[in-house]
Amino acid sequence: MVRPIAFLAGLGFVFVLLFSLVTGAVAYISEPPAKTAEHEFHLHPKEVSFASDGPLGKFDRQQLQRGFQVYKEVCSACHSLHQVAFRDLKDLGFTDAEVKAIAKNWATEVPSINPETGEPATRKGTPADKIPAPYANEVAARAANNNALPPDLSLMAKARHDGGAYIYSLLTGYQDQPAELLKHFPDAKTPASLHYNPYFANLNLAMPPPLAADGQVTYADGTKSTVDQMAKDVSAFLIWTAEPKLEKRHATGIAVLGFLLIATILAYLSYRNIWAGIKH
Amino acid sequence: MSFPWANHYAPKHPLMKWIDDRLPLPRLVYNAVGAGYPVPRNLNYFWNFGVLSGAALAIQIVTGIVLAMHYAANGLVAFDSVEHIMRDVNSGWMLRYAHANGASFFFIVVYLHIFRGLFYGSYKAPREMVWLLGLVIFLLMMATAFMGYVLPWGQMSFWGAKVITGLFGAIPVVGTPIQTWLLGGFAPDNAALNRFFSLHYLLPFVIAGVIILHIWALHIPGSSNPTGIDVKGPQDTVPFHPYYTAKDGFGLGVFLILYCAVLFFAPNAMGHPDNYIAANPLSTPAHIVPEWYFWPFYAILRAFTVDFILPAKLWGVIAMFGSIILLFFLPWLDKSPVRSGNYRPAFKKFFWLLVIDVLILGYCGGSPAEEPYVMISQLAAAYYFAHFLIILPIVSRMERPLPLPNSITEAVLEKHGNAAA
Ligand code: HEC
Ligand code: HEM
Repeated sequence: MVRPIAFLAGLGFVFVLLFSLVTGAVAYISEPPAKTAEHEFHLHPKEVSFASDGPLGKFDRQQLQRGFQVYKEVCSACHSLHQVAFRDLKDLGFTDAEVKAIAKNWATEVPSINPETGEPATRKGTPADKIPAPYANEVAARAANNNALPPDLSLMAKARHDGGAYIYSLLTGYQDQPAELLKHFPDAKTPASLHYNPYFANLNLAMPPPLAADGQVTYADGTKSTVDQMAKDVSAFLIWTAEPKLEKRHATGIAVLGFLLIATILAYLSYRNIWAGIKH
Repeated sequence: MSFPWANHYAPKHPLMKWIDDRLPLPRLVYNAVGAGYPVPRNLNYFWNFGVLSGAALAIQIVTGIVLAMHYAANGLVAFDSVEHIMRDVNSGWMLRYAHANGASFFFIVVYLHIFRGLFYGSYKAPREMVWLLGLVIFLLMMATAFMGYVLPWGQMSFWGAKVITGLFGAIPVVGTPIQTWLLGGFAPDNAALNRFFSLHYLLPFVIAGVIILHIWALHIPGSSNPTGIDVKGPQDTVPFHPYYTAKDGFGLGVFLILYCAVLFFAPNAMGHPDNYIAANPLSTPAHIVPEWYFWPFYAILRAFTVDFILPAKLWGVIAMFGSIILLFFLPWLDKSPVRSGNYRPAFKKFFWLLVIDVLILGYCGGSPAEEPYVMISQLAAAYYFAHFLIILPIVSRMERPLPLPNSITEAVLEKHGNAAA
């Protein structure tokens, strides 16, 4: 009984699948899907390397501090960094006193209540606070950005394929819309409120180029702040905010693999030893 | 154990004797995974994957219980509570990556375990019950993994839950009420998240229970082996301990090396970046895809694109579940008396075709639902069903198997090219 029923069920599935296939193929040939501008002009992130790459990668603390400075002076006007607390910045090599000062002098204050009246109020940041967001809520953020929402950047480097390189490419990738594109896809002209950037999935991004000119920030360590340098530094910083435990992970991994390698060699030798007299 | 020459438990230490007289647990362990269980001497490394599946389950349970101490199953805070584990809990990043990649490695070893069974005919008499219980475990694993993936409440968690529970909506008449009942609402929300967490915690222990039955059923006939022929006498077997405990120990080492290499050096390679974006019911991701271990089934689901008597979506749902359900009938579809694919020349070719087919389905399932992937998955899905429901029954009737060795020992000695035992 099982086999005749199976046979019929099998024929049924195969028939419907091949029917779908033929229908799909006919539709594909008679009406090939139109090419889209995204499909033709989207670019994969540029090749760029960071000190944290690879199994032995470590952060470049100097670079993270510079990247933090770019975030603080440029990006933080629009983007929150909601998973990161001021105290975490000690990882970048800042001292307790420096962290305290950074928290206290942050451009936005921390939401709070007035201890006497209970009215909403704000207070100065402390190292225990998460870095405060630039806008009180999503509505305010959209209102200030042409109805676009600047996303939280804490996890951005893990929320896109090849995140570090992606952020770097996006920041350095603004350009005029290619004439080729407009020739083939006249409908795909970048609207006035958006900016053409081939690294962005749909090519048109609401964020105006945030790093527009060399020297936009003045680095404390004297590094020349070209647009390329700032983009790289802030990308490195965002790799850290997405994965602050990266160095610990790499170091633990090396130790664990070393241990496992030795244990496995020993297990192999004892396996050979136990089976020595037995053909198998 | 059914082999008369199996070693008998004789407690050496008075304490063990004292315990064994009152609760024969030492005896049970001795007979199940000790020197009291005779195993064919010729098992190859594919027989390591059962124990490795058990190890993977143990890893999931241990890491999962500790994660649950820090996780909060509430739609408002779930995403941030996972980030709290990653950032603020001591070694929390390691726990979480161990659990997330542990699920992937669990599926890797179980898939190898299942394909081992398919190739060596382990599903055939007298091991049908072992096979059926294995499939129950597999279904439970899929349910557990699906619900686990919802817990971090990222974009793929949310939209994956929405798509998969939406499948029930394809059932005529009762579909939508069932979907609403499963979710506790019209879309995944707090109610769904909470019940998924509850069930995600429960099911691994159900799996552990079914594994006990699986191994119990296995120990009635004992393990099969690469020749597929029955054990004839004591010379064909070795005691599980120390022989296979040692071999499994080595296998476990290799498994842990590969697992830890990914865990520590590419922990997000098998995940989807969108799950690092908090769930947002108002923003649909460009491509909704499940975790890689569901891709072959997802490809089958999406391969049905035309309404034919039934709506296309319902066909997809029936076929997706059917692709697993049909495995329950495998012992009765493949009637060849020869178990091992090594002695079945035609079967062997179709087996490798199936392996390639499933890999293609997996690739298409992970790709966007565009041409050419849809057409390729239609062909590949057609082969999948044809393989099990049409080709295997016919092949098992027509094929002339190669001559089988007379015994396991003979096969082993032949391989080593000499006659001395
Ligand atoms: C004037 C406000 C503003 C500033 C300053 C700004 N951004 Fe943005 N950013 C936005 C907006 C708005 C979006 C949303 C764009 C969209 O969705 O089209 C965005 C999006 C992004 C994205 C996400 C792109 C994607 O793939 O979705 C990244 C990454 C980003 N910004 C990085 C930065 C960095 C790094 C800086 C600092 C160098 C910065 N931004 C400064 C407004 C800003
Ligand atoms: C949680 C998952 C599972 C665990 C922990 C597990 C465990 C085991 C163990 C320890 C063995 C004995 C060692 C071996 O032969 O490799 C075994 C055998 C077996 N398992 Fe599983 N198993 C699991 C899932 C499955 C699934 C999903 C299937 C198939 C659908 C399956 C089918 C079988 C079969 C047929 C055997 C007997 C093999 C033989 O002796 O030829 N198992 N299992």
